[in-house]
Amino acid sequence: MIPLSWYLIFAAALFCIGLYGVLARKNAIAILMGVELMLNAVNINLVAFWRYLAPQRIDGQVFAIMVFAVAAAEVAVGLALVISVYRRRHTVAADEIDMMKW
Amino acid sequence: MEITTLFIWLIPVPPLLAFFTIVLFTNRNNRLSHRIAVGAAGLSWLFSMWVFWQALQKEHFGEEVFASSFDWLSMGADKLRIGVMIDPLSAIVLFFVAWTVLMIFIYSIGYHNFGQPKGDHDQAGLPPHGAKVKEHGHEHTVPSIEPMYARFFAFIGLFAFGMFTLVVSDNLLTLFVGWEIMGLCSYLLIGFWYGKESARDAAKKAFMTTRIGDVFMLLGIAYLYSAAGTLNFRAILHSQEMLDMLAALPSGYFGLSAAGLIGLLLFIGTVGKSAQFPLHVWLPDAMEGPTPVSAMIHAATMVSAGVYMVIRMFPLLSAGMDHGEPTVAMSVMAFVGALTALFAATIALAQNDIKRVLAYSTISQLGYMIAALGIGAYVAAAFHLVTHAFFKALLFLGSGSVIHGVEHGVLHTGDHDTDPQDMFNMGGLRKKMPLTFWTFLIGGFSLSGFPVLTAGFWSKDEILADAFANEHTVVFWTLAAAAFLTAFYTMRQITLTFLGEARSEAAEHAHETPPSMTRPLIVLAVFALAAGWVGVPDHFPVLGGKLPNWFHHFVGGTLLTEPHAVKFDRFPLITSVVVAGGGLFLGWLVYRKVPKGAADPLSKPLGPLYRLFANKYNIDEIYSFLFIRPAVWFSEQFTYLFLDRKIIDGLLHAVARFSVALGGFLRKYIDVIVINGSGDLVATLTQRFGQWFRGIQTGRVQQYMLAAMSLTFITLFYYLLVLQP
Repeated sequence: MIPLSWYLIFAAALFCIGLYGVLARKNAIAILMGVELMLNAVNINLVAFWRYLAPQRIDGQVFAIMVFAVAAAEVAVGLALVISVYRRRHTVAADEIDMMKW
Repeated sequence: MEITTLFIWLIPVPPLLAFFTIVLFTNRNNRLSHRIAVGAAGLSWLFSMWVFWQALQKEHFGEEVFASSFDWLSMGADKLRIGVMIDPLSAIVLFFVAWTVLMIFIYSIGYHNFGQPKGDHDQAGLPPHGAKVKEHGHEHTVPSIEPMYARFFAFIGLFAFGMFTLVVSDNLLTLFVGWEIMGLCSYLLIGFWYGKESARDAAKKAFMTTRIGDVFMLLGIAYLYSAAGTLNFRAILHSQEMLDMLAALPSGYFGLSAAGLIGLLLFIGTVGKSAQFPLHVWLPDAMEGPTPVSAMIHAATMVSAGVYMVIRMFPLLSAGMDHGEPTVAMSVMAFVGALTALFAATIALAQNDIKRVLAYSTISQLGYMIAALGIGAYVAAAFHLVTHAFFKALLFLGSGSVIHGVEHGVLHTGDHDTDPQDMFNMGGLRKKMPLTFWTFLIGGFSLSGFPVLTAGFWSKDEILADAFANEHTVVFWTLAAAAFLTAFYTMRQITLTFLGEARSEAAEHAHETPPSMTRPLIVLAVFALAAGWVGVPDHFPVLGGKLPNWFHHFVGGTLLTEPHAVKFDRFPLITSVVVAGGGLFLGWLVYRKVPKGAADPLSKPLGPLYRLFANKYNIDEIYSFLFIRPAVWFSEQFTYLFLDRKIIDGLLHAVARFSVALGGFLRKYIDVIVINGSGDLVATLTQRFGQWFRGIQTGRVQQYMLAAMSLTFITLFYYLLVLQP
């Protein structure tokens, strides 16, 4: 059986890729994709911990499902925002969307 | 409560109610106002007569007086009691006060021209000037109604309340309350025509002069209360132990006993109120008031109140008298009274104003009473008080009637330069105003002491007889001289006013006054004749013994031991007949033919003396020089300019300037720099910091994310590596 640490290392790697994408990518859609990666890295952790540490309980799986739901909602809102911004400013570059500054 | 006692309580009430009713509700309605006032006076009169009648029924009234009282104020262990008491003395005073007050109230209706039209240019505060009316096709001027008609009745109502309170009260404190109410009313009434400066001045003068006496009287009352522990008349004056105690107690001043000092202090109150020398100056000036007021103040009520008070306090004044030797207080009274009697009579000789003659005559007659009391003639003083009240009220009202008649003539002729009060503008009024003439004649003869017929004769004779029998020779001759002068100036007044020919056009057109004025005159004339018959001495030739000397026994019963009547002597009787008859005859002889525009026939033979009399011994000028001008100078120069302007104002200004300077300093160096500075600094710093700090707000979402992540990692590492849980 694959040891738990592998899963954790994989999840950390995935999280870091997602984080890199969020911080480094210009395209707002790519940022959203990075966020998805980070969320899924978390899901892997949740499922892995559930399986290895408390398989008789159901909490880990439920949590993972809730994260799916939240991620779906987040993507729906995020994409809607991106489309809305694109319609107004004709861009999806995060650098140029800086209306919230002072 | 017995019905009589209840009535005594009720006597002062109606005039007070009338006062408030008129002032608060009916003052716009003249007819209603005078009806209320006269009705109230009538009610008081009715109660008074009932009480007087009940008093007559009692055998030993001096012993069993009507009295009733209840607790008024409790101060610690002491209680002041308020109450009423009628003894023989207050009964007779009540009698004449009730009569004269009622007559004066009725007279006022006519005097203030009720029923006449409103004046053309009359205004409140000035006497009415007359109104033009058209009658039978031509226009002429008639008297107009007093502009403040209702107010007058309110004031005299309050005045009557004061007097009734004074008479029925059973202690010195409520007496003093009534006394002061009258003081206030005399001020209001003398200044009734306040539009005239002379009336204003006279009102102030009367108020302030009597105030001097009142202060001393209050001191006397306070001393009496602390020495005797009570102010009740019966408790003090009707207890030999109390009187002996007061007479034995040394006061520590001038070697006087407590009784003597209290007596003197109270007497000073009387000097002010009853216008005795040297506080007599207010009374002649008080003639500025309307004539019914003069009659009230000078005959029926106020000045009588002063004499009534000393007669009332006579047992205290004479306490410590042994073997007929008068006490110090009595000697002072005899001196002041006799001096005033003579001194005022001489002034009256040279006055031309009909009311002023009467004013000085009043002062003189009051001096008579005071002198009588000073020589111990208790009953005679009370007797003269009663008769004088009647005939002097009659004379004042009569003079008012004369003035009214002549004013009518002045209005008719339109000659406003004629002074309607100057006797030298009158003459021949006998035929024009017969009722006024006859009643005035009766009053005048009574004042002069015309033998046998008139009341004044009996009371004056009794005083002279008393002075003679008790060997007060100086007082006797002084009073005899005053009596002679009294008869002389009275006849001068009657002759100049009523006899001979008219000396002005106004007097030719004079008119008899309406019945509301003449009827009170008739009533008072009856008393001016008849009031004397109740006091005929037992040993008087022919008449003596036929009429009992009721007055002596009745009033004498007020004292602990009834004074015995003086032995009859021919000498004082002859003196009194001679001075009265001689004075009257000489007065007629000198003044019967005074032509129009002539000077007083006496002014030449008397020369400078006449001018001295006419100028009233210059006492007003002396007072002005001694007291008024120094007081004015002091208040102007010292109090106002120095004390007020320099010291007080200076101090205030210095404080103000210091405050302004201090305020400026505080503002400049503390407020502006420290407080405002630190406030501004906080604001500026916050602003600068905000401006600098907002630089991190780039609006780039990825930078925020980076910052959040870095912070999270730092915290995480710190937690995991440094703290090492």
